[in-house]
Amino acid sequence: MHEMTPPPGATAPVFYEQEEHAHGDGGTLFGFWIYLMGDSLIFAVLFACYGVLGRNYAAGPSGADLFDLRLVAVNTSLLLLSSITYGFAMLEMDKERVSKTLTWLAVTGALGAAFLAIELYEFAHLIREGATPQRSAFLSSFFTLVGTHGLHVTFGIVWLVTLMVQVRLRGLIMENKRRLMCLSMFWHFLDVVWIGVFTFVYLMGVMR
Amino acid sequence: MFSNVDLQQLIFGRLSLEAIPYHEPILLVTFAVVALGGIALLGAITWYGKWGYLWHDWFTSVDHKKIGIMYVVLAIVMLLRGFADAVMMITQKALSVGASEGYLPPHHYDQVFSAHGMIMIFFMAMPFVTGIMNYIMPLQIGARDVAFPFLNNFSFWMTAGGAVLTMMSLFVGEFSRATWLGFAPLSGAAYSPGVGVDYYIWGLQIAGVGTTLSGINLIATIVKMRAPGMTMMKLPVFCWTTLASNAIIVTIFPVLTATLALLALDRYVGTHFFTNDFGGNSMMYMNLIWIWGHPEVYVLILPAFGIFSEVTSTFCSKRLFGYTSMVYATMVIALVSWLVWLHHFFTMGAGPTVNAFFGIASMIISIPTGAKVFNWLFTMYRGKIRFETPFIWVVGFIPTFVIGGLTGVLLAVPPADFVVHNSLFLVAHFHNVIIGGVVFGLLAGVQYWFPKAFGYKLDPFWGKASFWCWLVGFWTVFGPLYVLGLMGVTRRTQHFDDPSVQPFLTVAAIGVFIIAAGILAFLIQLLVSYLRRDSLRDLTGDPWDGRTLEWATSSPPPPYNFAFTPVVHDLDAWWDMKRRGFDHPMEGFKPIHMPKNTGAGVVLAGLSTVLGFALVWYIWWLAALSFVALLAAAIIHTFNYNRDYYIPAEDVVRLESQRMAQLAGRA
Amino acid sequence: MQTPMHPAHPIACPRWSYALKSRSLRILALLATAGLLAGCNMTVMFPSGDVAVQQRNLVVASVALMLLVVLPVIALTFIFAWRYRASNTDAPYDPEFHHSTQLEVVIWTVPLLIIIALGAMTWIGTHTLDPYRPLTRIGPNKPVPPDVKPLTVEVVALDWKWLFIYPDYGIASVNEMAAPVDVPISFKITSSSVWNTFFVPAMAGMIYAMPAMETKLHAVMNEEGNFTGQSAHYSGSGFSRMNFGFRSLSQQGFDEWIAKARSAGASLDRDVFLKLEKPSEEEPVRYFASVENGLYEAILGLCVAPGQMCVSEMHHIDRMGGTAEGSEENRKRLDYDNRRLERGDEPSGATFPASGRPPQGSVQPQGMMPRDQNMSRGGVNAPETQPDQGQGNALPGADRGPAPAQLNSQPTDGHKH
Repeated sequence: MHEMTPPPGATAPVFYEQEEHAHGDGGTLFGFWIYLMGDSLIFAVLFACYGVLGRNYAAGPSGADLFDLRLVAVNTSLLLLSSITYGFAMLEMDKERVSKTLTWLAVTGALGAAFLAIELYEFAHLIREGATPQRSAFLSSFFTLVGTHGLHVTFGIVWLVTLMVQVRLRGLIMENKRRLMCLSMFWHFLDVVWIGVFTFVYLMGVMR
Repeated sequence: MFSNVDLQQLIFGRLSLEAIPYHEPILLVTFAVVALGGIALLGAITWYGKWGYLWHDWFTSVDHKKIGIMYVVLAIVMLLRGFADAVMMITQKALSVGASEGYLPPHHYDQVFSAHGMIMIFFMAMPFVTGIMNYIMPLQIGARDVAFPFLNNFSFWMTAGGAVLTMMSLFVGEFSRATWLGFAPLSGAAYSPGVGVDYYIWGLQIAGVGTTLSGINLIATIVKMRAPGMTMMKLPVFCWTTLASNAIIVTIFPVLTATLALLALDRYVGTHFFTNDFGGNSMMYMNLIWIWGHPEVYVLILPAFGIFSEVTSTFCSKRLFGYTSMVYATMVIALVSWLVWLHHFFTMGAGPTVNAFFGIASMIISIPTGAKVFNWLFTMYRGKIRFETPFIWVVGFIPTFVIGGLTGVLLAVPPADFVVHNSLFLVAHFHNVIIGGVVFGLLAGVQYWFPKAFGYKLDPFWGKASFWCWLVGFWTVFGPLYVLGLMGVTRRTQHFDDPSVQPFLTVAAIGVFIIAAGILAFLIQLLVSYLRRDSLRDLTGDPWDGRTLEWATSSPPPPYNFAFTPVVHDLDAWWDMKRRGFDHPMEGFKPIHMPKNTGAGVVLAGLSTVLGFALVWYIWWLAALSFVALLAAAIIHTFNYNRDYYIPAEDVVRLESQRMAQLAGRA
Repeated sequence: MQTPMHPAHPIACPRWSYALKSRSLRILALLATAGLLAGCNMTVMFPSGDVAVQQRNLVVASVALMLLVVLPVIALTFIFAWRYRASNTDAPYDPEFHHSTQLEVVIWTVPLLIIIALGAMTWIGTHTLDPYRPLTRIGPNKPVPPDVKPLTVEVVALDWKWLFIYPDYGIASVNEMAAPVDVPISFKITSSSVWNTFFVPAMAGMIYAMPAMETKLHAVMNEEGNFTGQSAHYSGSGFSRMNFGFRSLSQQGFDEWIAKARSAGASLDRDVFLKLEKPSEEEPVRYFASVENGLYEAILGLCVAPGQMCVSEMHHIDRMGGTAEGSEENRKRLDYDNRRLERGDEPSGATFPASGRPPQGSVQPQGMMPRDQNMSRGGVNAPETQPDQGQGNALPGADRGPAPAQLNSQPTDGHKH
């Protein structure tokens, strides 16, 4: 159809693949990884805000006045533990053991819920003391940073419960495994963020 | 217990009948036109029984080609809205000099310029660029769809939902008056109470979700789904610019989301991020919004550069000059674009070292950009240039754009910026690069790829008429604005005391009508080409003697794009195939695995829009209800495992033999 | 309608010999401007103060530098497009010409060299023309005379007018300022509500005026005359008319201007300021013979109203690590942004329903003058209804006095234990 002659000596190579290839689904994990990088930028903004505003107490209470490190230490260990239990769930998933996977997932969810409960208790306590998000820029950025992390954990738990139902209904099929792997990345990501929160907000806030 | 007021607030929040501006003639006429047009359109769809067709074949489609077309249609509709705002602004300015007041009072004018900026960037330029990337990129890499087809559909509807919410502010309540970036502390609760800024925030948040997800989607597509043999250095330049553009999107849109969320917290909860009191910091808003805002212009311009590269190379019948340096230039521009945001506020008093650093960083961007311009020039050099409609945009673009680049580098010199910052000179500069660069590029892209999407070329006469109106109109509007800026005239003013500005504004107002003629010519071109589609028909799928893989398939391409996945041996893969001789395999067709259409995207985006509306008007029960429904719908969607199907081999055989017959018939 | 307070005064064509030293630059600038037919109205190109002149020179020099590459590019576009058109069979066609290392080196080096030159100019220019740096010269080869003391002017951007306080003279003025020629002026700039920019195009480049923050500008005027100053950062309804007169006077004329202000009699104390601060448009020029001590610092500290805690005091407490005791009392003393709504004044950028006006209607916001286009409908200078706080309030049963129109009514409510 086109008046083009191949250059001398050239052989026409293969221009079309005749075989259909199954869709290897590395795309989802890669895409989810990009999403996590985007999410980490949201946290980066919140950390930056906390960095700028974290000392603006507006003649009000500071972190040293407010934070109870023992409570935060308990909280931190709960969340770190939940990451380990999620890891156990993934190990069981690799061994195709549905009920053990579900058990570890349930433990993870329970630890996450306990973490949230303690965080909510802490928030309620602060607000009762008059240290509301409206009190100062420091408290605004504190509540927003910690609260955004808490919202992520909440969302993670909703997702976890959904996946547990789906694993129960359909077993450890490929789709469910992929989803569990995504949630696994998400859950560990929240752990990493929390280590940042714990260090920069609580430890440095108390030490000053 | 409840008084009437309480009950009304409980049910309708702060929404009331007074929210509808039925006393305002301009809006009443607009509303009547929109309503009549809408009724006519809906009536026509019903009359011809096209609802099912629209729903099944378009709204719920996960085909990247259809989604791409829907994005472009959305962009063109919003272009008309944003352009109407532009006409109102410039005519108001031209009329409101000295003793005259014009026809728009300040508090209305403020909404018009805020809406113009926001709509043109978020709902015109962004969907336009995303639409073209969506349509073309998978074809250029020899893929059958994007990596996450459902997400693609969802992203589109979120963008559309944001646009609907923004448009709603025209007829229910008011829009923001706090400029297109919602500068704090003006945009805070204390200085801009009311629904305006809330419309702005939720319109952007909803659309922003769509943009971020579509960014992730397109990156994953390029990284994971390239045809065999297509190494990164054999990737068409448009795909490179798409990759760079989306890499910027996924890094900056989270920043925008976070920033607007903080502004929303300030307004809804009473936090103190950007307030004057309680330790808030409004300079932080300026920084955050421009950390998003500056790279955003590169999100728009890079794909336009990609389009110009493809068009130049095709119509010069030559491989692009300096492909490798073009790729590096693109990536350098993307990288440096993250490091220059502060040049938008040199006048904040950051100190000379900081200002000079960001000034010089901004200038550095002009080096790879300059290299790109030279690469286009040397692609033309010793080429065989066909002056078809897509290519004349290139010739209009280069001189226009380099002048915009010149004024941009000038603005990057801090002391020079001090005298023209926030002036009409600045306005002229960024329109110079956005119209002269992005819009020209997108229109060139439409002229270039329209035959691929619809199977017939666009009428060249009306295309050229549109080009000349755009080019002449552009300079007629913005030439005088450059001069006005040098006269010290500030942007965003609704009135001028000094009568000596009026001649320039009058010329600019004439210019805006020339651009209007350009837009009209473009719409006429679409209509005329549709009517004359038989004589403009292209059966080859390759009307311009193209070079990249999208021209290897039929026009419009079949749902699966390629019956057999192409194998790539060279940059300009299709050119290479044509040159070395290739055979369409005519047998061995297999069933093709494709994603299934779904209405989940429409539902989720619709619920998000309702949620946004409820939040704007403080209708808390509706907000809670739509949020729960949103969550439930999302979860229910994940229980649907039946998301794909196979196109039977017989169908593939039928479609492919039709195409072969067409090709044979032509030969 | 009122006549504009500050009609633009035609500015005499400046002397080019003074304006530009280099001959080539002069020719270039002339060429650039002549075609534009803008004449002497192009204040930015023909300014009257040394700082703006230097900034203009930088504009002209960088444009000239960039034209070195831009003009050839434009020319090449048309030459190549014409020469290599498909119908021109004389032109060579070489589809394989797509790489040339030498050419690549050139096309990256040319912009690079220009940017290196421009970058050097930028670095030096940004430091010498830093608005925070006190002037060392009042003109080319004219250092600041050792006996001249700079004039200090404290500038406050209000909604939508300008307040100028002369601490050295104890006077103040609204919407008009004056300064003697050839005397360096040291501006301290702040704002009372939202951002603005302080910009006198004939004198020097602009700088933001931001609440609770102070920016500085050092400049000088070299020519006598009446000039216009303006805000260049959008600040709400009355922004378009937020202009002021800048009177550049001889020393004697300036002394007379000071005397005139002193004879005005009025005095600017905190109460007067709080009234002045309310939104208003086209405010007539006014003078104050005396200014209450520490008023500017109080404006800067957001503590003009009685009982307010100043930002400086808050910063001091914060630096000492905040305080849990007395937090509630301090909170009440720090509330600033909500003052408008508490007093029932319309905020600068209010929209429906908090504005209390019909959406996009012709009723002007508070403080705005009647508009011609509304005369047929009896345009008024005040809201038709009071700002409707009920409509603006978020929660049913929320405090519905003259209260904030957004959800965050909490900070102003007493804190409940």
